[in-house]
Amino acid sequence: MPKSYLRQSALAHLHLEAHAVEVAGDAGVDLCERPFRGQLVLRGDCTDNAFRDAVQQALGVTLPVEPNSVTNVDQVSVIWLGPDEWLVVVPDGHEQAIEQELREALAGIHFAVTDVGDSRAVIGISGPHARDVLKKGCSVDLHPRVFGPGQCAQTALARCHMLLHQVNQAPTYDIYVHRSFADYIWCWLEDAAQEFGLAIIAQAPGASAGARAPESEPVVPA
Amino acid sequence: MSQQRNRLATGGRIDRTRPLSFSFNGKHFEGYAGDTLASALIANGVRLVGRSFKYHRPRGLLTAGSEEPNALVQLGTDAASEPNQRATQVELFDGLEAVSQNCWPSVGLDVGAVNNTLSRILPAGFYYKTFMWPKSFWKYYEHVIRKAAGMGRAPESPDPDCYDKMHDHCDVLVVGAGPAGLAAALAAGRAGARVLLADEQSALGGGLLGRRAEIDAAPAAEWIAKSISALQAMPEVQLLCRSTVAGYYDHNYLTIAQRLREGSDPGRRCDKPRQRLWKVRAKQVVLATGAHERPMIFRHNDLPGIMLASAAQCYINRYAAKPGDIAVIFTNNDSAYEAALDLAEAGVTVVAVVDVRTAAESPAQAAVRSRGIEVLYRHAVVAASGRRRVSAAKVMALDDSGESVSGAARTIRCDFLCMSGGWSPAVHLFSQSRGKPSYDASKACFVPGQSVQAERSAGAARGSFALAECLTEGHEAGVAAAAAAGFQRPGRPAKPPVAAKVDEAPLQPFWLVPAAPPGAPLNKHFVDVQNDVTAADIALAAREGYRSVEHLKRYTTTGMGTDQGKTSNINALAILGQTLGADISAVGTTTFRPPYTPLTFGTIVGRDIGALADPVRMTPIHSWHVANGASFEDVGQWKRPWYYPRPGESIQDAVNRECLATRQAIAILDASTLGKIDIQGPDTAEFLNRVYTNGWKKLEIGRCRYGVMCGEDGMVFDDGVTTRLGEHHYWMTTTSGNAARVLAWLEEWLQTEWPELKVYCNSMTEHWATVGIAGPFARQLLSELTDDIELDPKAFPFMTYRAGTVAGIAARVFRISFTGESSFEINVPARYDLALWNTLMTAGEQYGITPIGTESMHVLRAEKGFFIAGQDTDGTVTPLDLGMDWIVSKQKDFLGKRSLARPDMLREDRKQLVGLLPVDPQEVLPEGGQIVTDMDQKPPMNMIGHVTSSYYSVNLKRSIALALVRGGHKRHGETVYVPLENKVIAANVSEPRFYDPEGKRMHA
Repeated sequence: MPKSYLRQSALAHLHLEAHAVEVAGDAGVDLCERPFRGQLVLRGDCTDNAFRDAVQQALGVTLPVEPNSVTNVDQVSVIWLGPDEWLVVVPDGHEQAIEQELREALAGIHFAVTDVGDSRAVIGISGPHARDVLKKGCSVDLHPRVFGPGQCAQTALARCHMLLHQVNQAPTYDIYVHRSFADYIWCWLEDAAQEFGLAIIAQAPGASAGARAPESEPVVPA
Repeated sequence: MSQQRNRLATGGRIDRTRPLSFSFNGKHFEGYAGDTLASALIANGVRLVGRSFKYHRPRGLLTAGSEEPNALVQLGTDAASEPNQRATQVELFDGLEAVSQNCWPSVGLDVGAVNNTLSRILPAGFYYKTFMWPKSFWKYYEHVIRKAAGMGRAPESPDPDCYDKMHDHCDVLVVGAGPAGLAAALAAGRAGARVLLADEQSALGGGLLGRRAEIDAAPAAEWIAKSISALQAMPEVQLLCRSTVAGYYDHNYLTIAQRLREGSDPGRRCDKPRQRLWKVRAKQVVLATGAHERPMIFRHNDLPGIMLASAAQCYINRYAAKPGDIAVIFTNNDSAYEAALDLAEAGVTVVAVVDVRTAAESPAQAAVRSRGIEVLYRHAVVAASGRRRVSAAKVMALDDSGESVSGAARTIRCDFLCMSGGWSPAVHLFSQSRGKPSYDASKACFVPGQSVQAERSAGAARGSFALAECLTEGHEAGVAAAAAAGFQRPGRPAKPPVAAKVDEAPLQPFWLVPAAPPGAPLNKHFVDVQNDVTAADIALAAREGYRSVEHLKRYTTTGMGTDQGKTSNINALAILGQTLGADISAVGTTTFRPPYTPLTFGTIVGRDIGALADPVRMTPIHSWHVANGASFEDVGQWKRPWYYPRPGESIQDAVNRECLATRQAIAILDASTLGKIDIQGPDTAEFLNRVYTNGWKKLEIGRCRYGVMCGEDGMVFDDGVTTRLGEHHYWMTTTSGNAARVLAWLEEWLQTEWPELKVYCNSMTEHWATVGIAGPFARQLLSELTDDIELDPKAFPFMTYRAGTVAGIAARVFRISFTGESSFEINVPARYDLALWNTLMTAGEQYGITPIGTESMHVLRAEKGFFIAGQDTDGTVTPLDLGMDWIVSKQKDFLGKRSLARPDMLREDRKQLVGLLPVDPQEVLPEGGQIVTDMDQKPPMNMIGHVTSSYYSVNLKRSIALALVRGGHKRHGETVYVPLENKVIAANVSEPRFYDPEGKRMHA
């Protein structure tokens, strides 16, 4: 592996760390980049029990088959993208091991797994007005009665495609956008958050899509 | 500072402890917090607020609400200035500056008023009749007419304020917060539904704010306050005031324009937007939009001081502002009696109520009479008099038919006149929802007909004008809407709010006061005061054959303009009906279109301005390009380095330098925008065989192949190189602009036509960054940065692939070439792109490594005759037209194959790709230049094709071009011409390959 200091996150050029605070204050909206999150696209037939079982065995997570839902255990989340498509989100550095796990478990089954860790930038948004900011550019109903933790949506935010995952009740959301749009969408979010007060939060690389700030070491399936 | 001489000492919903100063037409005044600009003008005794559009007649306030046709003002100055603001809706703030529109040089002395004297020769359709001959002169007339027309000035510099948008969803959207709307919101909210209540006014309460009424045995104000706190206590209820529901679209999608603050405050920018456009999807909609009172149509009914009875009542009750001291009231219904009592209560001398009806025993009438106010039954105001304000009403007795007046005229002195011609439900949103209003003869108004979408109307909006009915209907609508959205209040049903039932004498429809004396012209009986349309104009239009109400509208302009005829439409079509002898229901209404009241463009645009208007897609090393002075080119939404000028270099200088470096040393290109698709599965080879025109079954692992994709029509749609990475694993590349389209195309075929194929496609475009190095030193440079890839041409030949490590980074390296040089495309995960690029730049310095942009890339590939899909093709070009017969398989089937066999595809005179070499090698053809064979023709010349790509090639020391030319493959050697504005360029047709036609360099 190359030296990790050589790598750059999608928003590295904005030097967010220079504006960041360690903990959220009383801002209405907290934004952070979640850099270097491991992401694999998994394709397969969800009606095939053997496929589902093999994925469960490899990841330790039940494959979500309910549209727009997310399952997660510890540091691994599986985000439903389509009837035959999932985004497997894993801790930084564990992509290859988990890809290998999947390949071994799925031997003999028609599937595809691809490392797409640099395809999408991940931006975390939380705070009392997080939903209001999203509502400015997203036409999906995010009201707690309709959309909650463990749900995801592939939709538009402002003028680009987004994969939205609600992480917790806070609410905290993870926004996945294609890397080339990251600069635009970050600027859009900063602009939209202005009226509510914005804090940029420092974020350790590779924090997972699951619960916030886990204390334990990342769990990698053996 | 003038005294507020018409301000009442007590009462009203204004805050006398918070005086606000403002200026109107340059004069300074004072009002109070809670005032509108209109109420503050009334309080200050200002009558003249504007001039009319066509005749420039003096005009005063007609209404107290958003339907106001007259009091249009230009608000603010300079960039923050806003035209066409209704004084009745503008909330007063300290320092407000407003001027009247449609008057020059001033509202008091208006030059355009000469039109008034000329009104006899400015009849309906005047513009159409006068300015259409000669037809070609319209363009001259138009300028003058537009200037005279006025209607405010658009500011010339960018709006300094911030506007924003918000999407939202709700179970029940209640439009209007009058008695019906509040009752509906309460009922729906108590059922547990997500309720959004939107009202255009600054306070909730609707018409109740301007009336003295009782609800639940207490003053209405108390009920409003209690209702608001009850609603605020419901977590799922959202209250939006200053929020006009502007449009009602399909699938219960409505837009709301919210005014967050008055005036401009550029300093605040986006931490406090000025207006917000809400885009709401509602499960159910309750329309409690109320009703508009109609004016009476009599001679000089447009004089300042003549206003709707409900408006006068509202100014007194809500704003404690008296429109005058002596009032005459003219009505055809009982609601004006309530106004008369409120005026009298406030100290106004109501000298007479003129009622077109015969006396009836209703409580309101009795109360007025018992107060000693004279009621003139079966009478009409036939004319008003006064110069810039009404000073008297001329009253005559109506005969039995009501169609003429007779007897002696009585002149009653007054300083304002209130009128009520009945009420028209605000069916605008209902109509926008595609519902058709139907005429209710008993109420003399159009009411909502059958619902088309999930909506219901309640209260005055459906013709139930009595307060008691508004409350019950609102409540029932709220309960029903919540239930339809799946919410029912547990336990006992809630009781609706109650108001006393009041007996009313029925209204008598009365659309037009007869001329006095009979036969006199009706040319000062104003129907539409904003557009100066009179009863005479409508009658004339009817006589001229404009029988459809839609034609009448366009011919007379009635119902046009900023108010869209809210106070005039129903009167206009009733008069049209009378003239035609047709029933009103047969005449029908014009179409109500969004927006309900005008929106400022800023609200529609929101934050979609400047850098936020359209995303810029950046490659992972974009900042390097910026720092190194690249000029950028837009490729779709991507910004790609176009060329890298050094100080003093022109684009041609830079491109020449970059092109020479590529062929003589080494070039480096950011190719990350290239589309990349990961394809896995045992049927991939079969799949590729079907989507590409050439064969893919025999491609070995580690080898690359160029392919062309056609649509079903046989036309070239994309091209690229696909590589076999493993047994069942391929890597497809597409052109930058088509990456998403190609993936969608592949998915469409896999999902809809060939689901049996075991193939999965995934986009890799953004994950893998691509850096191309090309030129004689490319291999040498790469050899310094890798130790696990054998670079010898025999070990790593052209059109093959190797995985390995480059600059310490796991990379996929391809020996493919678009420049025609020996080149390597190095792909690394995007996070390492900058590290790779920097390493190559540093290590390549000794070889003269030169970053090149898209322009040089285009020149270099054109030297090789490589086409660019979308530049040299345009959706009408087949692979055969490109001279690429070799890539079209005859053995197998593929998408587009059948089309390629059609006779038209085999025609010899199809446009085919050729090279063009200008006879003068320094002359560069313009791209798009049309090609002819014979310069002796007269225009229009017979054009045989056009130039698709054209450059100066420094490597060839001459200009080159590619072109699509009819029958071009058989024209090699011919001379053709490109006639231009001031010269003609001659060029020789050639093979489209100018440099290293054998391809020795890229194989090297």
